[in-house]
Amino acid sequence: MAASRKSTEQATIASLVPLARRDEPESSDIRLSDVDEWGRSEHMRSIARAAFSPFYRYWFRVEWEGLEKIPSQGGALLVANHAGAIPSDAPVIIHGIEEELGRPVYGLADYFFRRIPFVGTMWSRVGGVTAHPDNALRLLRDQGQLVLVFPEGTKGPSKSYADRYRLRRFGRGGFVEIAMRAGIPIVPIAVVGAEESMPIITRLPRVAKVLGVPYFPVTANLLAFGPLGAVLYFPVKFKLRVLDPVRFDVPSGQERYSKSRVMEEAESIRTTLQEALYDMLRERRSIWFG
Amino acid sequence: MARRVLITGLDTFWGGRMAQALESDPDVEMILGMGTHEPRVPLERAEFVRADQTYSILSRIVRATQVDTIVHTFLMTDSTQVSPRTMNEINVIGTMNLLAAAGQVGSQVRQVVVKSSTLVYGATELDPSWFREETARSKPARTRVERSLLDVEGLVRDFAEDNPATIVTLLRFANVLGPDIITPITSNLSRPLCPSIMGFDPLVQFVEETDVVRCLEHVTHHRIPGLYNVAGSGKLPWSEVIAMCGARALPLPAIGTSALAEPLARMGIIELPTELEDLMRFGRGVDTTRLSNAGFTCRYTTAGAVHSFISALRLRRSVGKAPSSYTYEQDVEQFFRHSPAVVNAFKQVGEDTTS
Repeated sequence: MAASRKSTEQATIASLVPLARRDEPESSDIRLSDVDEWGRSEHMRSIARAAFSPFYRYWFRVEWEGLEKIPSQGGALLVANHAGAIPSDAPVIIHGIEEELGRPVYGLADYFFRRIPFVGTMWSRVGGVTAHPDNALRLLRDQGQLVLVFPEGTKGPSKSYADRYRLRRFGRGGFVEIAMRAGIPIVPIAVVGAEESMPIITRLPRVAKVLGVPYFPVTANLLAFGPLGAVLYFPVKFKLRVLDPVRFDVPSGQERYSKSRVMEEAESIRTTLQEALYDMLRERRSIWFG
Repeated sequence: MARRVLITGLDTFWGGRMAQALESDPDVEMILGMGTHEPRVPLERAEFVRADQTYSILSRIVRATQVDTIVHTFLMTDSTQVSPRTMNEINVIGTMNLLAAAGQVGSQVRQVVVKSSTLVYGATELDPSWFREETARSKPARTRVERSLLDVEGLVRDFAEDNPATIVTLLRFANVLGPDIITPITSNLSRPLCPSIMGFDPLVQFVEETDVVRCLEHVTHHRIPGLYNVAGSGKLPWSEVIAMCGARALPLPAIGTSALAEPLARMGIIELPTELEDLMRFGRGVDTTRLSNAGFTCRYTTAGAVHSFISALRLRRSVGKAPSSYTYEQDVEQFFRHSPAVVNAFKQVGEDTTS
């Protein structure tokens, strides 16, 4: 009722007063692409989803558990284990959530991508954002988006196959601090499958140094498929389990939080995730069929 | 309280615009513009003094005119226009002398507004998507213009520390687009082929030229102290900016970019100084929350600024360059300002308020 009265009022005013010419058209009218302020383009995402969909469905045969625990609105920080020489978990998680929940997901990653021509641009168009506390805070608190982060960083994918499903150190707990400051929950996701999709046999640190990349892996895929193995994953069965969201009973918006509290929370999330992984592995009968 | 304002660089784009804007502010009693050349825009009541930025002249002007506000717009941010030495002379030495004059014993200066640039943040792969005012640069400055602006900001900070009673406002403007301004970016976008770096499509942010003047006026009028980023909201991929302007991208190789850009620049095909090359690779965005909390929002978004630029360019392409309607004639100006024969609206207003 109030709304309709208001609109009549506006209509009356508009009919009496000559409207000033708008100097500046709406941004949406003059834009030529749908690239947002982070570089993500929904158009590019839909192309990427269409391309990835057969792999998601028939190659990895992805199965989710507890997807309803991911908030359907408002910011949340998704935290997962990270594995595979070229990690396959990131596209699987982002694809799955965007398809199932219809919400965009922004993935935080090392700034190193931005330096590489084409790769950096593509990565940005499909939702990649440089992992910087300011970026995470703006996405989570100001814009209420879903943000995916791998607290292990490159330590996760660069580990040897012998260390599979053993979580590395969770950085310096920065992800917990960001979630506290933004006042949003952390949703841990345990991923089983990525480890075996592209296992690392050995690493070549000298080549990595020359190329300026964090690590240079020699993968089992290269031995099995030849050069094609650089991009082709093994058809392992993917299972993902969304764990209970972790909320922090601290006031948001603080510049700093007690380091011991932050480390405690980070460690507790790491333990929960590790236990969930072991639990899922106990149930798994086969790498290929789950 | 009526204000007496000194504007540096009256003969430059921003100084002239700022003087025009302040002329319509009834709070401003006197506007004095300094410049090395004659002003290029018609001015109603702003006084012009031809002076360079040497200390002895500046300190005499500040003392003699009893100015209480200094708007320092005369800072070079376009490294293609002047030699590195001249740029250093204008930016660093000029600011140093100006601030020394403003801080001298007996100075009436109560506010200093400085127009800096977001160039001070640089552009690297380590950058956050949005720089806040307190965010430090990710890597040390490697271009002369960035270094000289950082030096200028250091001088301004020192001045603010030494003169706590003076309101010091430092504005960092994003790359400017608009109907009239000429920068390496506008020159590139005006040509059919516009440089980009192969494999990179950075997000860039612009501010429209009228918003620049409005913002300078806003902080001056409301005496707002502090350090602020000024930019239109939103960011655009460079490829889209090129497309909006109806140009085609000229992709330069990602390795050895400057080696190829230099001869092209000499031939006048592109303009790609190092700071612009960095921007073409990594882009830059600034957070303007602090400025909006201070009560100022840009009218134009980034896309709006591009639109404003390209509409004016299309008009110019159709009707040719608008002839400059104004040339400075000293005798005529003297007559209009000081002859008792002239009935000047502003003069009358001024007399009314003073009497």
